Amino acid sequence: MQDDGLYAALVRRGMTRRSFLQFSAAMAAALALPLSYAPRIAAAVEGSKRLPVIWIRGQACGGDTEAFLRSSDPDTVALFLDVLDIQYHDAFLGVAGGDAELARTSAMDRYRNGYFAVVEGSIPSGASGAYCLIGGRPAADVVREVCAGALATIAVGSCACDGGAPAAGSNPTGAGGVRALAGARYMALPGCPVNPVNLAAVIVHYLTFNELPPADLASRPLAAYGDLIHNQCERRPHFEFGEFATEWGDEGAQRGWCLYKLGCKGPETMGNCPTVRYGEKTSWNVRAGHGCVGCMTPSFWNAMGPAYKRLPSPVPFLPNVTVDMVGGALLGGVAGVMGVHAVGMGVRFKRRRMIAAHERAAAVPLGPLPPAVGDAGRRSEPAATVGLAPAEHGAADEADGRPDAPVGREGR
Amino acid sequence: MTALDEPLAAPAAPTGASAHGAGAAHHAVQRPNDRVAVYIWQAPVRITHWVTAICIVTLSLTGGYIADPFLIPPGGNVMTTIRLVHIITALTFLVSGVVRTVYLLAGNRFVRWTAFIPTNRTQFTELFRQAGFYGFVRSEIPKVLGHNQLAAAAYLALFALLLVETVTGFALDGLMGAEPGATAFAWLRELLGPQMLRLVHHLTMWLILAIALFHVYSCVLVDHIENVGVVTSMFTGYKFPTREEVVESRDGGPEVLEQAAKRADA
Ligand code: SF4
Repeated sequence: MQDDGLYAALVRRGMTRRSFLQFSAAMAAALALPLSYAPRIAAAVEGSKRLPVIWIRGQACGGDTEAFLRSSDPDTVALFLDVLDIQYHDAFLGVAGGDAELARTSAMDRYRNGYFAVVEGSIPSGASGAYCLIGGRPAADVVREVCAGALATIAVGSCACDGGAPAAGSNPTGAGGVRALAGARYMALPGCPVNPVNLAAVIVHYLTFNELPPADLASRPLAAYGDLIHNQCERRPHFEFGEFATEWGDEGAQRGWCLYKLGCKGPETMGNCPTVRYGEKTSWNVRAGHGCVGCMTPSFWNAMGPAYKRLPSPVPFLPNVTVDMVGGALLGGVAGVMGVHAVGMGVRFKRRRMIAAHERAAAVPLGPLPPAVGDAGRRSEPAATVGLAPAEHGAADEADGRPDAPVGREGR
Repeated sequence: MTALDEPLAAPAAPTGASAHGAGAAHHAVQRPNDRVAVYIWQAPVRITHWVTAICIVTLSLTGGYIADPFLIPPGGNVMTTIRLVHIITALTFLVSGVVRTVYLLAGNRFVRWTAFIPTNRTQFTELFRQAGFYGFVRSEIPKVLGHNQLAAAAYLALFALLLVETVTGFALDGLMGAEPGATAFAWLRELLGPQMLRLVHHLTMWLILAIALFHVYSCVLVDHIENVGVVTSMFTGYKFPTREEVVESRDGGPEVLEQAAKRADA
């Protein structure tokens, strides 16, 4: 294929000038740039060569490739990704075996430090990398090699970013993301699958500004992953008005109410799904009636569950226990213990009152007694004070209670 | 020690020595059964106490709605309002917490951090003696004017839980893009992930409520036993022990009695 630049390739694929300018505007929007940047983006893309790309797949379902391949009526973004100079992608190759390996290694040599490495899928480290082999070699080795010669590495999809589904649960293959294998110029585009718009936007940003877009702590471009899905969701007004679907297919669900109570993770997930949408910009999951599962959050399979409940169980291995069950039981337990304790204390107070009353009753007719009478004597003061006339009981109590205040006062 | 420590400015004896000093002073107390008004809780401590109590109730109710909006049928912007109340209450609580922390560092001997963290043997044994009282093992309650060490331990746990609640709360608020939580607690969101953050925030609420329940119960119980006005002291600041009790208490001593007398004269 002749290489006369990106724009010529786009035109050859049937893109009109009008839709090209629309594409530039859409890219400016996806990059959270003012619309005034659209002409600059258009000029940059026009002046660019077709960027070489080496696309490696590890443990992946192929969803990220599908995300932009399966367009019945390819939109401008799909066209743009289509005309990138994809030097190696195992699903697109016309050759196999040693020739496929040769295609990759020769591209790496030809475009050294001039191609984008795009990695899809997780890279396993278990069993010395035997769980995923590319051309008979562990995927980790191949990825490290490809990334070393790349201009930049882009991890597409959640699996490539943090291990994703293969790394979930007990992680049997020791799967992990690409970051450890990639160089300093690394960008993560999580999502299940990645939104092709975001991939195109990162590449366009590179073509326009000669650098990767600003990123957050997880290397995700802020333009795409800088705002909460919940903040952009079209069902948000229903959230604010307390209008929630409570069961799938109930009246609220049919009326398009908020899916918060059905476990929507939109309020916890950073992403731009509601604005860029999927499937040629037709829809996204919440619009289609399914809550967000938080696929753009790091380690979402482990961290964002359960998909259809607001909160996970606080008790390991008991997934149906809710935090309110635990909390309620705790509070109830404390209340119960207190109730029993209060009864016990009541019994104790009563016994002391009886003892004190008994002492008084016994003491009055007999007059002054010698100290230490029975078990109560252990706590009572010299019996002389107990034997005082009833009128003086107030004073007696004061003296009586001195070394053991509770008993004395309770005796009153 | 500091400007805020006014009730105890005069005596030379440090707090720790009063426990030993008490024994010596025992026989010297004049009119041991007279009751005196001892100023225990400084005004900001009392105010923050009630602000905290109101905040905990409000935050638990509004938080309960936010976590599971089932109580109130749709109509009007309920979620907006309840979230707003939750956030404003949280900010109020934060201010109150800061004030209380100042007094934790510079308040009088009954409210300062030294009253909470046991630093000597007497304080440690008191913890077990108080526990023994609750467990029906001992019939006597340790003599103390401020917090007994068991209560202090519970409040220390409560402070820690309230701190957890504050931090996770602002980290969650930061999720919505609200500053300063968005930047200040980005690391925490990275560390725990949003779901775990919410789980901790929610579970901690229940722990706080459990401690609050224990607190109310034990206060009423101790009020009944000590008979010095434990419950009213949180409104007025004063407790009314006998002169002897003041001197014999672990955190009391002759200097406290002197101070109380001075206050009464003034
Ligand atoms: S559907 Fe989800 S993202 Fe949309 S408003 Fe409700 S909770 Fe937020």
